[in-house]
Amino acid sequence: MEWSDLGIVLNAKPHGETHSVVEVFTREQGRWAALVYGGQGRRMQPVLQAGNSVSVDWKGRLSESLGHFSLEMSHPRAAEVMHDRLALAGLSSTCAIASACLPEREAHARAFHAMAVVFDNFDAVEIWPALMARWELGLLAEVGFGLTLDRCAATGGCENLIYVSPRSACAVSAQAGEPYKDKLLPLPAFLCDGTASASAADVLDALTLTGYFIETRILHLANRPLPEARLRLMALLQARASKAAEDEEDDNPA
Amino acid sequence: MPASTIGPELQRLIDLLTKMPGLGPRSAKRAALYLLKKREPVMRPLAFALADAADKVKACSVCGNWDSIDPCAVCADPQRNTSVLCVVQDVADLWALERAGAHRGRYHVLGGLLSPLDGVGPDDINIGGLVARSGVDDVSEVVLALAATVDGQTTAHYLTEQLLTCSVTVTRLSQGVPVGGELDYLDEGTLAAAMKTRRPF
Repeated sequence: MEWSDLGIVLNAKPHGETHSVVEVFTREQGRWAALVYGGQGRRMQPVLQAGNSVSVDWKGRLSESLGHFSLEMSHPRAAEVMHDRLALAGLSSTCAIASACLPEREAHARAFHAMAVVFDNFDAVEIWPALMARWELGLLAEVGFGLTLDRCAATGGCENLIYVSPRSACAVSAQAGEPYKDKLLPLPAFLCDGTASASAADVLDALTLTGYFIETRILHLANRPLPEARLRLMALLQARASKAAEDEEDDNPA
Repeated sequence: MPASTIGPELQRLIDLLTKMPGLGPRSAKRAALYLLKKREPVMRPLAFALADAADKVKACSVCGNWDSIDPCAVCADPQRNTSVLCVVQDVADLWALERAGAHRGRYHVLGGLLSPLDGVGPDDINIGGLVARSGVDDVSEVVLALAATVDGQTTAHYLTEQLLTCSVTVTRLSQGVPVGGELDYLDEGTLAAAMKTRRPF
């Protein structure tokens, strides 16, 4: 058995003293782990950094075998973001979420292409955190836990949707959600409306929303918390949002 | 060869040698046979050296380097520049920098790297000691000599945040074209990093 595809390296774990077991998110085969001979060597180490785009050749005796990869770098994304603290945290978080949430050996081409779009925008800090929130939202839908954000769970209306119910994963309008607003999750407008702008606070709300459902709907099944990399990204975005708010206050004193 | 033809003492020696990096069962048997043949010139001195090192070599309480004295020879050397602290992942990295003679200051050995993907957090490596040293000693610069990998740079960014409260300059090693390296033979990651971090000439 063998196939060739494009992929994104998610992680690499040592196997013995010289080889590695590498997990790659491929376009047509989905998340797939296999052995890379000499994966701990000097030649392969730069290729096996999380986030790198690679061309993948897999060979195995049977389709269910672990098999082995031959990987060739097609885009050194990890090297491009290493100098940028926030982008590096975003890259690690995206890879960790993909690794934790995607089922093995099941194609999710839309999630793959969307992930590549997030990575392609890592040099634009105003854009990629919002794209990442949208990617996580799409990922939830891809694996069967999509949120209903186009109508109110209580009234069925489509206007003024500003909350999400943590139980039903449906949007709730401002009016219907008012008595329960402490228990509901905020729904930033840009998640429903592609033309709406996303402030730093909106992005935080969006990632809190997607993080909640990833943790309670997907990771909960394996009794796992949100990945450490995702928590670190949230802490960095929180610090960035606080700094932006402080700067705004300094510019416009009351 | 059936296992019963090897005595328990020799089998134990082979089993222990098999645990060494780079040695498989066959190599371990070869090493054991070699040691037995060179009993006086190699085996007994090796056994003595192993016992001596196990008793005397400890991690330096200041920097984490391995030495038989505490503080270690590097920390105790009065000729060294005490204002520059070089942070390395492991003792092997400290030895590499010493071999190159590139750093005449002191070191701090982290003992690992943060790895969010593998769940290695700040409490698992020696970050507290670094912050304490940077805050109280006469340290003016901390050089982050960590691997140019996702984990290495994640650790470097985290340390930079932790050292914000200490009045030290935080620097890191350059990334780019190695000495003697021709562009045609460099990997794509190194070239991309070199282009990103280019500087006026």
